[in-house]
Amino acid sequence: MSELVKITIDDREIEARVGDKLLWTALENDIYIPHLCSIKDEKRPNASCRLCFVEIEGVDHPVTSCTRKVEEGMVVKTRSQRIDRLVKTGFELLLSDHDLKCAQCAANRKCALQTIAKERRIKLRQKRFKLIERDYEIDDSPAEFAYNRSRCVLCGQCVWADREEAKVGAIGFTQRGINRAVTTFEEIPLADSICTECHLCVDACPVGALYYKSDLK
Amino acid sequence: MQLMEGEKEQIISCVDEVLSNSTKEKEDLIPILQKVQARLGYLPALAMEKIAEGTDVPTVDVYGLATFYNQFRLNPPGDHEVKVCLGTACYMVGGDITLESFERRMEINEGETTSDRRYSLERVACVGCCTMAPVVVVDDEVEGKVTPTRVDGIMLELEGKNGKSGDNNSSNAGQNTGSKDDPTKEVGEQK
Repeated sequence: MSELVKITIDDREIEARVGDKLLWTALENDIYIPHLCSIKDEKRPNASCRLCFVEIEGVDHPVTSCTRKVEEGMVVKTRSQRIDRLVKTGFELLLSDHDLKCAQCAANRKCALQTIAKERRIKLRQKRFKLIERDYEIDDSPAEFAYNRSRCVLCGQCVWADREEAKVGAIGFTQRGINRAVTTFEEIPLADSICTECHLCVDACPVGALYYKSDLK
Repeated sequence: MQLMEGEKEQIISCVDEVLSNSTKEKEDLIPILQKVQARLGYLPALAMEKIAEGTDVPTVDVYGLATFYNQFRLNPPGDHEVKVCLGTACYMVGGDITLESFERRMEINEGETTSDRRYSLERVACVGCCTMAPVVVVDDEVEGKVTPTRVDGIMLELEGKNGKSGDNNSSNAGQNTGSKDDPTKEVGEQK
């Protein structure tokens, strides 16, 4: 129904639907742009992970590709010095309070953070920011899965799954600033909350914050 | 926090009243929370649950809102409210140590209330008298240069006040019940 136009991403001509988000158009054409928080069906993206920056010809500053819609004749670049700098800073900030024990993590080798690090050649162990060590208690109350808050990147994928797919509303964003977290009401264990243990949130988690107990060796 | 006798009914009727005077839309959540807090002094879990029910929003979102804004408190104000300033000046001269001393003395964390509801502890950002740093506000009275030793002093004073006010209350209560009882007795006797 929507109009097909030609745009250029990294010198490659691509046919895209007008109004689609740039990030998803690129990903569908096997052009990798780092991303954590973007949800394809979300009408108003959070744009909170600050990793999907691209440069568009005629636009002064790098923009987040998850919020930018496809327009006819767009010329997009996914790499530049400015983009790399922004992405590196955003990524390092995310890792500055991340529990980096990949070997003991259920998401090891399939973690979105590891993918980004590999694609953009950024080290997982950053030294630029002071490391904040998180030692939240692991919530292993559900039968099949567990939640390690210290590994959460606050992307909101699990909250979306909980609200839009499972239609439960057991988890959400709480607290503020450095204490921001995904928790239940009053921060009670998941099993004591209204959580139905449908584990759609576990499937949605791009890192090892929500994981199946069986994946942990 | 354990609810006191009769508090449950009070919370329910308060939330019902506030909700009946609102649009019950998601956009109205903050004013609703403000009004409920103005009446109850804090936002008990039960109130948040009832508000969530009334506005058709997940309870965790109401909790998220209440924990996001500093203006909302989840614990009831104590008989004695202690506010420790952690503004720049107070922080630099060890306001955090003062706060820690209070936390240790009261056996609660910042933002909490003791289980007997005698004391509540809060942190604030600048009271406006930085020359007296570190500053603590105890029941609207400003205390300057509060060292951990002074914290012990303040706590002793408060404990003293508690004893007195406790006695006063009980004696007042006694008098009240007495005076209430007496007329009826007299009436009864007269009859």
